[in-house]
Amino acid sequence: MGAATETFYSVIRRQGITRRSFHKFCSLTATSLGLGPLAASRIANALETRPRVPVIWMHGLECTCCSESFIRSAHPLVKDAVLSMISLDYDDTIMAAAGHQAEAILEETRAKYKGQYVLAVEGNPPLNEGGMFCIDGGKPFVEKLKVMAEDAMAIIAWGACASWGCVQAAKPNPTQATPIDKVITNKPIIKVPGCPPIAEVMTGVVTFITTFGKLPELDRQGRPKMFYSQRIHDKCYRRPHFDAGQFVEEWDDEAARKGYCLYKMGCKGPTTYNACSTVRWNGGVSFPIQSGHGCIGCSEDGFWDKGSFYDRLTNIKQFGIEKNADQIGMAAAGAVGAAVAAHAAVTAVKRLASKREDAKQDH
Amino acid sequence: MMDAVAPTSEAKPDLTAIAADAAGEQAVGRPTVYVYEAPVRICHWVNAVSILVLMVTGYLIGTPLPTVAGEASDNFVMGYIRFAHFAAGQVLAVFFLARILWAFVGNHHSRQIFYIPVHRKQFWKEVLHEIRWYAFLEREPKMYVGHNPLAQTAMFTGFTLFVAFMIITGFALYSEGTGIDSWQHKLFGWVFAIWPNSQDVHTWHHLGMWALVMFVSVHIYAAIREDIMSRQSIISSMVSGERQFRD
Repeated sequence: MGAATETFYSVIRRQGITRRSFHKFCSLTATSLGLGPLAASRIANALETRPRVPVIWMHGLECTCCSESFIRSAHPLVKDAVLSMISLDYDDTIMAAAGHQAEAILEETRAKYKGQYVLAVEGNPPLNEGGMFCIDGGKPFVEKLKVMAEDAMAIIAWGACASWGCVQAAKPNPTQATPIDKVITNKPIIKVPGCPPIAEVMTGVVTFITTFGKLPELDRQGRPKMFYSQRIHDKCYRRPHFDAGQFVEEWDDEAARKGYCLYKMGCKGPTTYNACSTVRWNGGVSFPIQSGHGCIGCSEDGFWDKGSFYDRLTNIKQFGIEKNADQIGMAAAGAVGAAVAAHAAVTAVKRLASKREDAKQDH
Repeated sequence: MMDAVAPTSEAKPDLTAIAADAAGEQAVGRPTVYVYEAPVRICHWVNAVSILVLMVTGYLIGTPLPTVAGEASDNFVMGYIRFAHFAAGQVLAVFFLARILWAFVGNHHSRQIFYIPVHRKQFWKEVLHEIRWYAFLEREPKMYVGHNPLAQTAMFTGFTLFVAFMIITGFALYSEGTGIDSWQHKLFGWVFAIWPNSQDVHTWHHLGMWALVMFVSVHIYAAIREDIMSRQSIISSMVSGERQFRD
């Protein structure tokens, strides 16, 4: 705090990180963002000259898994560098200050960096009962969110909670947990979905904003294109087995041991936009499919409400019973088929009867 | 284009008389009317084949065949099935578009499947008559040169709307593979604004397929039945283009 005029470079040098390591970090970041060879020096230049971006990190209705993921980022560097790169002025979960001291920082940042700070939100506000289901500092979280969003440059919606609603917004959503973009409508919002999002994706987004002083390019749903423009399925290392028609039919069968495609086991890779199959997790060690389990689609809208994690097709609840589209369709088509057959039979009988009648009249 | 052109040099048959006089006197010389022009017939059969291919391959994409043995590099089962699905889908889309264009230049029968004259009372009266006919409450069918009002309603919803829905959701799903910068995504990506989770778009695409299965069964059954019961050609009309009245 108060160090916001410092640059990222001066902070990390003071922490004993060498210039060589600094440049390594810049190149790695440029690579992970998919930028050209010149970008590394642009990143280095920006981090040496730009004042650090003040970040306010708030926690609504959430489980802190985003924070847990974030602090495990391997590239860019480790948490020290990341926490130095930005000026993390407020994060009630990990900050030293508490109580009124902590809350005072919010006011200070709002006044000092009006329109310049980034508001990172983990979790979402519940709106039911006037927001009483999430009280933060004696006030409903939704009020705090609205106040801080008012003067923010942009908002980062961390995780599935802030982006889509996640488990607390799953049906019947008793607290009326609501994603950020449904509450704040007048600010640019970057959605970084996932439960949690990949650490390197989170730090990558932060680095981009710090480096270029603007938001990364977003897709139609407000997610950064660089990490969310392709499905898990598109870059999955098991994809050749999918194209070949080689599937795991049940857990622990021969195909599972051979690492075939998990499509039939309900893998949501074909409908999930995330970078898991390229960036992977825990410093690139593995990701769910590599560990033998299908993707559950945690970065997708309403993934808790799409039936079992182990079914390809979503259950449709509108029909009262839990059936998927194919079961309902087949039943309906069968009913139509039966109706057609019955109609044909009646037609034949009627025709026969009327022919006989005609024949009688003729005689 | 002219309406209902008779293929021979014979005088145009008096269609109103045929319709009104359905139960009455024997018409002489079995009047025929040219109803379905060549582009309409070509579109019909190309679409029919495409839809059949799409249904079979689509089902197999959702519920794949049993695992094949051997190396992944030696097999391409899902690849071929998906290719057939995408190819048939694009053929259907092109011929569906062509069919729409033909509605502007073709005869008035070619426009029938693209609208329902909801504002015309007489139309609904005749729909009711057709429903009664199918419910065995009418002894004699009315004759129509083109589609009967009930058939027109069914064609508009069951074919035009459903197929349009399938083409739109299909291209949206296809754009997931071709990428965010593809023309497919630019044209059809808005589908994901309605259903942000592509899982839901898949579900609707499945339901649309089953809706088409229902339409196709009723469509084929009604065509065969009317061919026999209404004493006018239906099935051969889609081959020759001519409708023959057999009374």
